[in-house]
Amino acid sequence: MDLSLVPLMAILVSLIAVVPIMLSSEKPNLREFWTILAALIKFGLVLTLLPGALEGKSVELHLVDLAPGLPLALKADPFGVFFAVIASGLWIFTSFYSIGYVRGAGEHKQTRYFASFAVCLSATIGIAFSANLLTFILFYEMLTVATYPLVIHNEKKDGIEAGRKYLAFTLTAGLLLVAASALVYHYTGTIDFTPGGVFTDVELPHTTMLVIFILFLAAVGVKAGIMPLHGWLPAAMAAPTPVSALLHAVAVVKSGVFAVTRVVGFVFGVDVMGDYGLNDILIVLSGATIILASLIAFAQDNLKQRLAYSTVAHLSYIVLGVALLTPFGMQGGIMHIAAHATLKITLFFCAGAIYVNLKRKNISNLNGIAKVMPWTMGAFTIGSMGLAGIPPINGFFSKWTLALGSLEGEMVIPVIILVVSGLLNVGYFFPIIYRAYFKPGEGLEGYGEASPLMVVPIMVTAVLSVLFGLFPNLFFGLYDLAVDVSLSLFNTASP
Amino acid sequence: MIESHLPAYIALTFVLFSVLIPVFGLWKRELSQPLAVIGSGVAAAFSLYGFINYLNNGAIRYYFGGWEPPIGIEFVYDGLSGFFVLVINAVAFFVLIYSGEPSKKEFPGKEMPYYALAMLMMLGFNGMILTGDLFNLYVFLEIASLSGYALIAIGEKPAPYAAFRYLIIGTAGGTLYLLGVGFLYTITGTLNIIDMTAMMPMFAESSATVAALILMIVGIGVKAALFPMHGWLPDSYTYACTSSTALIAPIGTKVAAYILFRIILWVFGIELTDAVAPLSYVVGVLACIGILYGSIMAIAQSEMKRMLAYSSISQIGYIIMGLSLANPWGFAGAMLHVLNHAIMKACLFMISGNLRLKEGHSDISRFDDSYRKKYPWTMASFSVAAISMVGLPPLAGFFSKWYLALGTIDNSNWLFLAVILISSLLNAVYFFRILEKVYMMDPEKGQKEPKDGTYNEVKASMLWPTTIFAVSLIVIGFANAVIVGILLDIFPM
Repeated sequence: MDLSLVPLMAILVSLIAVVPIMLSSEKPNLREFWTILAALIKFGLVLTLLPGALEGKSVELHLVDLAPGLPLALKADPFGVFFAVIASGLWIFTSFYSIGYVRGAGEHKQTRYFASFAVCLSATIGIAFSANLLTFILFYEMLTVATYPLVIHNEKKDGIEAGRKYLAFTLTAGLLLVAASALVYHYTGTIDFTPGGVFTDVELPHTTMLVIFILFLAAVGVKAGIMPLHGWLPAAMAAPTPVSALLHAVAVVKSGVFAVTRVVGFVFGVDVMGDYGLNDILIVLSGATIILASLIAFAQDNLKQRLAYSTVAHLSYIVLGVALLTPFGMQGGIMHIAAHATLKITLFFCAGAIYVNLKRKNISNLNGIAKVMPWTMGAFTIGSMGLAGIPPINGFFSKWTLALGSLEGEMVIPVIILVVSGLLNVGYFFPIIYRAYFKPGEGLEGYGEASPLMVVPIMVTAVLSVLFGLFPNLFFGLYDLAVDVSLSLFNTASP
Repeated sequence: MIESHLPAYIALTFVLFSVLIPVFGLWKRELSQPLAVIGSGVAAAFSLYGFINYLNNGAIRYYFGGWEPPIGIEFVYDGLSGFFVLVINAVAFFVLIYSGEPSKKEFPGKEMPYYALAMLMMLGFNGMILTGDLFNLYVFLEIASLSGYALIAIGEKPAPYAAFRYLIIGTAGGTLYLLGVGFLYTITGTLNIIDMTAMMPMFAESSATVAALILMIVGIGVKAALFPMHGWLPDSYTYACTSSTALIAPIGTKVAAYILFRIILWVFGIELTDAVAPLSYVVGVLACIGILYGSIMAIAQSEMKRMLAYSSISQIGYIIMGLSLANPWGFAGAMLHVLNHAIMKACLFMISGNLRLKEGHSDISRFDDSYRKKYPWTMASFSVAAISMVGLPPLAGFFSKWYLALGTIDNSNWLFLAVILISSLLNAVYFFRILEKVYMMDPEKGQKEPKDGTYNEVKASMLWPTTIFAVSLIVIGFANAVIVGILLDIFPM
């Protein structure tokens, strides 16, 4: 079977779905049917690419030339497929959850919401399958523009300010990415993502290399939430919770860390990174981000804000893993993309369910809610434990691999950071669980669980987190895929 | 045989229609605008045919009456002039279709003189581009300018003052250009561009040549609104009627930019331009200042047309910057931006015209979120044009910036690169501000509910040109590799 059109179709399916979604704006059930249908087709298309990816094969497709010699090119390589499986798979759950959420919360402009969501997913899959930097920029900017209506969705003061902040950060980042890519093109004559990097045949002065790297870092670091570029992320929590869940835990920020990995592994290459000492910058920044963001998370009383800072910290786990430049580190980082995705989406789903059901946003108001929302809080507990790295939930395994990776690179400080941050995770999640289960609550009479449209996705993602922790290869061979990707970067690098 | 006469046909079409319009217009006034549309349509078709012919068979030198220069008058249809006439005639065609409706409101009863003048102005523009003679260029410049002053004077109450100001500054600019031409004539003894190009290496270092070059750059810089010679532009574009602004703003300054390209890259060549002093760099720096100044001033405006006018100052800076880079990527970026900006600006000025027609104003602070219901297509076009102006892929505006960025890197000119990037952000500020107003509630005004509005779009003759331009920005974005491939071949070095 010829698969070459599948990546394109996987991107386009949700873009095309925007038309029927807009047209059926008066019929909510039909409109949501289109969303679900697009999500299922998209996931199915991505899955057809999986067997090839597990064998290490890539599917390539060259469309029109975007510029002379620079095509709009798609390449579903193992790493892209890995990311696409996670993003498109979780979109299905988020779609169901979204329906429950926007109807439960009585949100306005639901058509715009679902249409923007669909465009975001197209852009995310596009990012996963981009074969070169120019194509990548196209989808990266598309993601920025499509996320904007979701960030400002409430159209209140905080939302609009968050939107401005978001645009200021991401548009600047996009421009720096353009500049960085133009520089790469100027010096190397190519902008294709190549395992092992494009600088292998080029000797550049150290400062030039450093400038290009810093431009890239600033460009992709914004969406990856690396401090001090994370400012937009907590502000963007003004968005409806499903948006925070999918976009600010899976699609947007993971596009950021995905981009970091692409830049480190496929633009600079592991060897060049090490030779020029560029990874040290990443290690320092990500290590600092992990600790600082975890500490800031303590101070947040708003549940979503606490989750946001926790996201900032966990994104840097991935960046740290990649920056270690060891096979295990890379593998751990890539694994954590999947682990953090399922865990954080569970936590955000819980926060949204609590908000829609009880209209409570602050942690100090969550006393005793486990009695009325036992399933939700059970899932929340699983998610928190996973992020704290408690076995057998899937966060443990990626952290373990990360620790192995830093030992492999003969670095001790990253291990210490990982351990301390694990404790901090326990520190800021445990009080929530404690309040929910052990403190007597007030004003909870007459409340029950949220609607099944929300609770079922919560339970599914929580169960998935446990299953992935126990059997990393159970679904879709994601563990093998992560190992393959990691090894492929090192095999090409060592001659 | 038609091919060899094409350069003349393009210009003569406008001569013909500038006569036909008064003749038929006196008989039936309503015929003026359709005739103008037909005239520009025919010229656009000739231009398109001519450009295809250029791609297949190369440039055409056309001698009027068979008299060879230096005795006769010559038109030259090469890649550069062919590209420019195609852009301006195609844009003018759509704008003239558009202007039928607003012209009935803005100057009822005066359609005949208006469209006759518009044809004369187009004659001037086409003549400036096609002529192979520096003095004839001045003649056409004056034809275009004089009719342009008249067209700008039609509009709001301050429009005649703005036009008068433009007249004073513009005439000074034209005179400086003529002085420069006079200098060159005394030195080289010819006015023919191709002859002069051949002789230039012998005279490039004489002080008179440098003086001539500076005079011409300053003189044409006025017409191109190159900073700091831009003073006439904001008032003129703001107060002129919608039909005039939409016609002049997208193409007027481009034609002036064409002359700068012709003089600096062709007649002198970049090495001779910079033989005595780094003039091209000075021009580039002026362009950079213009880019930033225009963008910052645009942010400060609350009137949409005025904002767009300042944005034009900024955008012409991109084109001139590409010129000053004088390398293939910079040239391709600048040329692509000529096309992109002509379409974007025409589209945006049309949108402001649509709003003025329906709402009676285009004051940004009074925009609200009922517009998205009242003018869904106008606003969708605005979104596309705005995002293209900001420079996000895959829209056309991104690619001109991409090539310009490549051009600055090829010259290791980091200052210019930084200006391109910063200006894009500034563009985002003033365009997203309007998008916010139009698509969202205004919490600062205490708005709690989205405003409703009933569909109230402008007529098809106005709406179609607007949306066609918006769609073409997407098409050009995806097709730009083809265009740029052609443009890279046109580059003279």
